[in-house]
Amino acid sequence: MSDVAQTSNGVSSIAVRPNAAVKPNTIINFENITKRFGKVVAVDNVNLQIQEGEFFALLGPSGCGKTTLLRMLAGFETPTEGRILIDGKDIAHLPPNKRPVNMVFQSYAVFPHMSVDDNVAYGLKMDGVPDRERKERVAEALELVKLGGFGERKPDQLSGGQRQRVALARALVKRPRVLLLDEPLSALDAKLRDQMRSELTSLQEKVGITFIMVTHDQDEALAIATRCAVMNRGLLQQVATPADLYEFPNSRFVADFVGSVNMFEGTLAEDEPGHAVVQSPELEAPVYLDHGVSGAKGSTVWVALRPEKIEMHKRPEGSAAMKMEDAPAGANVVPGTIRDIVYLGSETIFEVEIAGGRRVKTFRSNLTRYDQEDFTWDEPVWLAWHACSPAVLLS
Amino acid sequence: MSDVAVKKDKPGPLDYMRRWPLRATVGLTLLFLYLPLITLMAFSFNDSRRNIVWQGFTLKYYEKALSNDSLIQAFANSMTIAFFCTIFSVVLGALAAVALWRFRFPGKTAFEGGMALPIVVPEICMGVAMLVFFARVLPWPMGMPWPLNLGAIIIAHTSFAFPFVATVVRARLVSFNRELEEAAKDLGASEWRTFIDVLVPHMQPGLVAGALLAFTLSLDDFVITFFTAGPDTITFPVKVYSMVRFSVTPEVNAASTILIVLTIFLTAVGLQMQTASENKAKAKS
Amino acid sequence: MEQTWKQAKAAFGVVLTPPAFWLVAFFLVPMAVIWAYSFGENQGLADIALTGTFANYFRALEPLYVGIFIKSVIIAGATTLICLIIGFPVALAIAFASPRAKAWLLLLIMLPFWTNLLIRTYALIAVLRTEGYVNFGVEWLWNNASGLMTLVGLQPLGAFEPLELLHNNFAVIFGLVYVHLPFMVLPLYSALDRMDRSLMEASLDLGAGHMRTIMGVVVPLAAPGIASGILITFIPALGAYLTPDLLGGPDSQMIANVIERQFKRANDWPFGAALSFLLMYLTFFAIAVQALIESRAKKRGVG
Repeated sequence: MSDVAQTSNGVSSIAVRPNAAVKPNTIINFENITKRFGKVVAVDNVNLQIQEGEFFALLGPSGCGKTTLLRMLAGFETPTEGRILIDGKDIAHLPPNKRPVNMVFQSYAVFPHMSVDDNVAYGLKMDGVPDRERKERVAEALELVKLGGFGERKPDQLSGGQRQRVALARALVKRPRVLLLDEPLSALDAKLRDQMRSELTSLQEKVGITFIMVTHDQDEALAIATRCAVMNRGLLQQVATPADLYEFPNSRFVADFVGSVNMFEGTLAEDEPGHAVVQSPELEAPVYLDHGVSGAKGSTVWVALRPEKIEMHKRPEGSAAMKMEDAPAGANVVPGTIRDIVYLGSETIFEVEIAGGRRVKTFRSNLTRYDQEDFTWDEPVWLAWHACSPAVLLS
Repeated sequence: MSDVAVKKDKPGPLDYMRRWPLRATVGLTLLFLYLPLITLMAFSFNDSRRNIVWQGFTLKYYEKALSNDSLIQAFANSMTIAFFCTIFSVVLGALAAVALWRFRFPGKTAFEGGMALPIVVPEICMGVAMLVFFARVLPWPMGMPWPLNLGAIIIAHTSFAFPFVATVVRARLVSFNRELEEAAKDLGASEWRTFIDVLVPHMQPGLVAGALLAFTLSLDDFVITFFTAGPDTITFPVKVYSMVRFSVTPEVNAASTILIVLTIFLTAVGLQMQTASENKAKAKS
Repeated sequence: MEQTWKQAKAAFGVVLTPPAFWLVAFFLVPMAVIWAYSFGENQGLADIALTGTFANYFRALEPLYVGIFIKSVIIAGATTLICLIIGFPVALAIAFASPRAKAWLLLLIMLPFWTNLLIRTYALIAVLRTEGYVNFGVEWLWNNASGLMTLVGLQPLGAFEPLELLHNNFAVIFGLVYVHLPFMVLPLYSALDRMDRSLMEASLDLGAGHMRTIMGVVVPLAAPGIASGILITFIPALGAYLTPDLLGGPDSQMIANVIERQFKRANDWPFGAALSFLLMYLTFFAIAVQALIESRAKKRGVG
């Protein structure tokens, strides 16, 4: 479970979705890409390779440089330093209308004064594709995005989701090498978002083109992408599959950005090949891991514990201390009191106050209809976790 | 303010329009504004040369006005000038608007300031400047065939109208979604194609509004035309002015009424076109 | 995102050259010529020598002409004030009317603005002259009042003396107000319409009456709009030609009339040029003052 082969590229050997057409050749190569706007460094020496057929996500908070990177690929910004290679060729001299790359914009940018057909045909018209072929390809593209028969409509007669599909069809009909998507799901409401999520993935599998998506929504990235790059303040933090990002973050930033996390600062007390121990002033009990972390003994480290991996057990008055099977007595178990309960229907979030005043978040699925009645405010509990659950971060 | 107001409920604290003092003020103001115009129009049908007391209904002064050759000529001149002025103003105004909206360039503030000047400078100053310009700097050749003989006036009108058009079009450009331009380029369009296929359609309501504005400004202008017109290039307002100065008969009322009706008609058409294109644009955005 | 002109030189050239050329050739050059002439003198019947003299400006500062400038400013000021007093309640009423009524009222207020200035001014002649409608109305009231008084047993009023309403300063101001009122209403309406209603409601809720709310809350918040309205009423009124020409008497000449005379009858172009430029400087001064007020208001976080 914790043995994941990592290649130098960050591509793990955990199985990807079946049908995903990831080929082993690099289609896009960002070489030492830096972009400065005056004094502001928007993108800081990014090196990134994207494989053909991937559904790649650029993930990060606003202002992290992900959109700038995307726009440099599309040709709307020029890098201050570095090269961008598509299929091994430097594209710096190519203006946006000559690159084998097409983009679906955040606002969809569907031409309001043209019909759906004309919108989708626009790119083909610019390429000089003859009339008959154009009509066929437009019809094919509309069928692909499930808008067959909508050709005559005008954009003001379409819903937001439908306009997005027009933008998709318009870009895909040109058969680009790469399709870029700028925050594709951010403008959609929750139900539509779920629907579009699965449609985008099946679309990509069907068409087989490399998709690169920019998003600030980590749920979106985890759900859709085959691989993600997390960026912060212009720097590339980690490039990995969604699972690796979530379970094996390489820094506090990534651990905190992707999903919820309880972070504790501590000292690396023991570090052997088979186990490690971290002492934290915020936790009564030491944290015991079932693997080594290759850090320096005595150095400052951080322990990241995800809420769903913390178990909550009742702690009746005067009972003996709990012990976890896979850890020595006293480790990985902390007493606490429930201070806040947030009921979400399918699960409940508990905020448990431990010694020292720190509040720890834990999720508990409501497996039966009466589960939410199990615990209540101010109840004494034990918080416990398995030895394989914490992630120890060195930065 | 509730939309579900029952007819007889008391006005809310801010429903000023429903309280009688303000209603009276608005009513009186409207009366003040319209009464002189309405009486002017009414008295164009007055069968009395001195036109002081109502003496009977007649259409003869309309006949007189419509058969007054110099009046008709002046009217034709006004329409021609307005037509050409509109075309030039829309083109120049649109180009200026795009230049200011799209580009950063050295001297941009100066250009913006320069564009604001014709709007701000008093008409008399501009009229006088045009007089001097066409007398000393660029004398307009005499005896040119129609419509070229109206050239000086057309140039003068265009000079003060196109900044207005630029303002209107620029306001419209502000709401342009730049991503539309990028999308067109992304799909393979050149700079020129992007302009024609994407930018111009968006500008259209602004262009229409600007054209109407330019046409009205030109048609109505008196001061600047007064200084640039010659004896053979009289426009309608200038002609009516000389009629007012020298012979105040109902004929003047008739001519004025014709102009009022024309203006109202054009305004109505313009508003219709503007609302129509605004509704289209609203639905799209 | 703007581009710099260098990123699309050809497009930039195409787009900027025609309007820039026209602006320079047919506006700035004529203005420059006038400016140059203001420093010139007449030489013979047709020529003007550019001697760089300030004589024209000095002449403009003579009491006669200074008086006319001052009178123009006063007349324009009075016009603006009256327009403000009438226009503010009207704008307030429209801004708070129902959406449907709003559109119609605005249209009704603006429609006269689109009618020719000449016609509107001319229409006032019939209203203000000795045998005009106002005098007719007053005469009717006078005679009826007289009649009523005899009925009651009092002495009848004397013969009716028609009011001199035309060809004087009163007529000019009346005419300017009549012509410029729509100019004032529109920016006032704009500012009042955009204002946050809840601020007024808060003021009323805290116990202030309507007048105090208006003076204390509405006026400060709408100040930039008010300044704007004042400006676009004052400036055209200051440079008005037609209204004083048709409605004014010999002693109600405004600066534009004097300028016209220099060019058309007196044939003293240099002097006319100097007067024109003085008028323009006055105009720019007024604009600068308004811009100052507006930037101060913005700093206070208003408008």
